[in-house]
Amino acid sequence: MADSAQNRLDQLLATTNVVVLDGAMGTMLFDAGLVSGASPEEWNISHPDRIRAVHRHYIHSGSHIILTNSFGGSRYRLKLHNLQDRVFELNRAAAKNARAEADAADRLVLVGGSIGPTGELLKPMGNMEFDEAKTAFAEQAKGLVAGGVDLLWVETMSDLEEVRAAVEGIRSVTDLPICATMSFDTNGRTMMGVTPARAVRAMKQWGLAGIGGNCGNGIAEIEHVIYAMHREAPEVRLIAKANAGIPQWRDNELFYDATPSVMGRYAQRVRALGASFVGGCCGNGPDHIAAISEALQSSISEVDLAALMAEQAAYDGPSDEVVTRDRARRRHRE
Amino acid sequence: MEEDEINLKEMLDDELYELMQEDLYDGYAQEVSEEVEEMLSRDHQPYTILTEGLVAGMDVVGADFRDGILFVPEVLMAAKAMKAGMGILRPLLAETGAEKIGTMVIGTVKGDIHDIGKNLVAMMLEGAGFEIIDLGVNNSVDDFMGAIEKHNPDIIGMSALLTTTMPYMRVVIDALKEAGIRQNLVVLVGGAPLNEAFAEDIEADAYCRDAAVAVETAKKYMAIRRQKAKAD
Repeated sequence: MADSAQNRLDQLLATTNVVVLDGAMGTMLFDAGLVSGASPEEWNISHPDRIRAVHRHYIHSGSHIILTNSFGGSRYRLKLHNLQDRVFELNRAAAKNARAEADAADRLVLVGGSIGPTGELLKPMGNMEFDEAKTAFAEQAKGLVAGGVDLLWVETMSDLEEVRAAVEGIRSVTDLPICATMSFDTNGRTMMGVTPARAVRAMKQWGLAGIGGNCGNGIAEIEHVIYAMHREAPEVRLIAKANAGIPQWRDNELFYDATPSVMGRYAQRVRALGASFVGGCCGNGPDHIAAISEALQSSISEVDLAALMAEQAAYDGPSDEVVTRDRARRRHRE
Repeated sequence: MEEDEINLKEMLDDELYELMQEDLYDGYAQEVSEEVEEMLSRDHQPYTILTEGLVAGMDVVGADFRDGILFVPEVLMAAKAMKAGMGILRPLLAETGAEKIGTMVIGTVKGDIHDIGKNLVAMMLEGAGFEIIDLGVNNSVDDFMGAIEKHNPDIIGMSALLTTTMPYMRVVIDALKEAGIRQNLVVLVGGAPLNEAFAEDIEADAYCRDAAVAVETAKKYMAIRRQKAKAD
């Protein structure tokens, strides 16, 4: 199982130099009638047809890897819907829904098992023990593996320790490949202060199949994440999943301002900056993914790499230095 | 380090407040507690210790968080140290009837169960000396109205992460208007998909981009309220 799955990812990587990911799941489900406050994961059982339709749209748009509808599928997130006793069932169903559509495609499509943050803070900041987090991620991964995912996909993380808990939890139940992305939404860092360079430096030691950034504040932010990660670790396969621009409030409705053609240009730019996996996060629908897929079929030379690099180098990203404060006196050992 | 030799008893008041602020900044709960006790033993007023030591220390934390020098982990540790100090001072403050910095009812709105941002704002405001009534997630108009009646807050804080839940903030604000209490309350809103235009549109008092801004904004409105109260 593990060998053949590893081969499936290798097989995919052998056929394309950039892997096209999918777009948003949550916003698509709201369009399909999900009521806010309800659990998207529960729909894997109650409305499998609607979940499968989203997957099918993305496959038609050109996605090579689709992600399961299980972002909030850990017991911590499901507890908020009183579904904490159905972790295995809901994650397995999520994987099966995606698996069925991937297998129905006339080309190789892989299923990534989406795993989001627990929403809890680890000790000493919060109340969650590292081992509790690890156990919760293992439990979620078990369901996803039982439903037939090809790899596990940890995303939207802000704390490196929580990523490590996820990776260790997943590894305790499967040898399938793991990808992980964080959200660098706070002045170029994650909410917990992690820079892209530090993130890739830490995560590359964990034997991941791909590392990168997702969600956050639009396209420019992710472009710099890819630039900074590539500069730090050129050997790592990088993942870019930007939101479709920045949400705007207009006429009582919120919308993302990046059109499909804007996302197509973004895809070319992040590829030029070093990304191997390109997709979209919030606000991206099938049209955006189709534009990304099409744009990536063009030759890389269509992007002016020199100008792109100069632009990134000129951008003053977050410092990787640890800032310390001079104290008058200290009565503690560090 | 030789600094370990510090003896609190031998320190001047100013030095001790400075140390308290720095220990707070570094998130040393135990040390902050000891320093609060020491100041109490010197017959400093609980309210003085709160403002000169704890709140002054958290001001620096808030400023450095705003400026991108500190991040959430450090802020949370500082807030915990603040809480330890407050644990000692709170009963004494209640006894002396000292003026409260402010009271806030906070929660995510109906349909929204995402609470990390809201928790952070609550902790930071608590760190700034506010009394916080945290309603948790998924709050209806009735939940907010009930809490307002019970706790008589100065400020209502609403949070939403989802674009589909943020419009509910307007429902709550409309209910406040209908009940005729909107003008008695400061309404602050926050959450990833929000912006100033939205806050203006639903007639909140302010949109707070992050927890540091929330603290600054809350303090600003409390100052305005106090001035108004004096003028009346």
